[in-house]
Amino acid sequence: MLIKRASDIASSEITPENLYHNRREFIKTASAVLGIAAAGAIVPACTNSAVSGMTQSKPKGKYDTDEKPTPYEDVTHYNNYYEFGIDKADPAANSGKFKPTPWTVSVEGMVKKPASYSLDDLLKGLTPEERVYRMRCVEAWSMVIPWTGVPLAALIARLEPTPAAKYVEFKTIMRPDEMPGQRPSVFGSGLHWPYTEGLRMDEAMNPLALLVTGVYGKPALAQNGAPIRLVTPWKYGFKGVKSIVKIRFTDKQPLTAWNEAAPQEYGFFANVNPQVDHPRWSQASERRIGEFYKRRTLMFNGYADQVAQMYSGMDLRKSY
Amino acid sequence: MPKFNRWWISKPAVFVVCLVPMVWLVWDTFAGNLSANPIEDIRNRTGIWTLRFLMITLSVTPLRRIIGWPSLIRFRRMLGLFAFFYAFVHFITYIWLDQAFAWNEIVKDMISKRPFILSGVASFVLLIPLAITSTKKWIGRLGGKRWQMIHRLIYLSAVVGVLHYYWRVKLDIARPLAYGAVLAVLLGLRLTVAAVYDRRPVGAHRAPLQ
Repeated sequence: MLIKRASDIASSEITPENLYHNRREFIKTASAVLGIAAAGAIVPACTNSAVSGMTQSKPKGKYDTDEKPTPYEDVTHYNNYYEFGIDKADPAANSGKFKPTPWTVSVEGMVKKPASYSLDDLLKGLTPEERVYRMRCVEAWSMVIPWTGVPLAALIARLEPTPAAKYVEFKTIMRPDEMPGQRPSVFGSGLHWPYTEGLRMDEAMNPLALLVTGVYGKPALAQNGAPIRLVTPWKYGFKGVKSIVKIRFTDKQPLTAWNEAAPQEYGFFANVNPQVDHPRWSQASERRIGEFYKRRTLMFNGYADQVAQMYSGMDLRKSY
Repeated sequence: MPKFNRWWISKPAVFVVCLVPMVWLVWDTFAGNLSANPIEDIRNRTGIWTLRFLMITLSVTPLRRIIGWPSLIRFRRMLGLFAFFYAFVHFITYIWLDQAFAWNEIVKDMISKRPFILSGVASFVLLIPLAITSTKKWIGRLGGKRWQMIHRLIYLSAVVGVLHYYWRVKLDIARPLAYGAVLAVLLGLRLTVAAVYDRRPVGAHRAPLQ
């Protein structure tokens, strides 16, 4: 039998300390639930790990959740970023060659100033903010992540799209040399590259939509979408297009990556909605990474107050 | 190798080898080697080992014929029971760790047009009668022919199990398709052999096919 995973590296060599603490919490709960008293004996008592001084000292902002942030190690080692491979550990493992600098973003389409910008120029003068958001994956797991970024609305206002622009489309960089998942492979993701995402203009202008450059107060790592990515916390995680190189304003609804690949399963809007299940699994509940029991999924991932009005009058079963 | 098959230690040795994936999983769980979503890992790994043991079990008969080791039959029951064992752990992981016995959720999962969950449950349930009637006593009680008929349910269980895997992934269907291809070969070999035997005159030696 072939053993697929290298097990010759001691976990102590690769697992940072706070991750251990997280595991221990899981093991403790698991042991309790399973009634394995003996297992408790092999899990020594431990003090709480310092997660990140920064996020804990910062006063809670208007859009921040006060839920406990997911440990940094999990945020950076449990990822869906198919350009680096389809398994959750692949993005951290396979992104070593990825170069986030220098970086150019081209702004195209129905906009007053179509041009290519260096990342610095694109964001110059915009004030980065830290936002602690929930992140709900379409696979029914979730995290709480402290992002650093600029409101997308602020950038769009500066780029001045023409009144004809109804949508904004984003594209991920195409670099098969640095992104092994973009190379043709039988065992690939099944998606078409480059990854494309998009928002309706009112969604893009919503104050929650963030162009993220940092995670936990540090520059975002490749596996989190460096150097610039989208975060729309009321939508499923796959809307958060990573490593953006193209922003295009258009009057037509963009053909987005997952919607193109499996339209009956993934819609353009992809709003978190516990009442509309994925055709193959329930979206009513989710597992928060680090927790044992599932929790109920909230409408619009708990951001209904900020976003629900954008969808009033729409049939969310049809526009999923 | 055929010599090993008949040696007294061969069965305990195969038994221990079959337990390795489970021991390895328990070790990883309690050593903290699993990912940030350990329940998903436990689910995935027990699921994939169920499929692997189903394939291994189904390869016993073709191997006996093709490479001429009839003594391999000695391991078939044990391998099949290990397939059932991993399926059982997988099933319990879903019911217990994943859903925490939320029966209304589980029932909803199965009936609300989700072939994914339903196929998994079906694949497991189909193996239950096989596990129960796996003893010599049951072969005697049922009679060889009827026993054999019942145990052909493993074909259905394996087909539905591969479908379950296929429905589990998003668009990365290559791995489930690879399992499907292996299964197609294993079942195809049976059809080919059956066709060959059917052309023989009545009374010619016919080894049981399963």
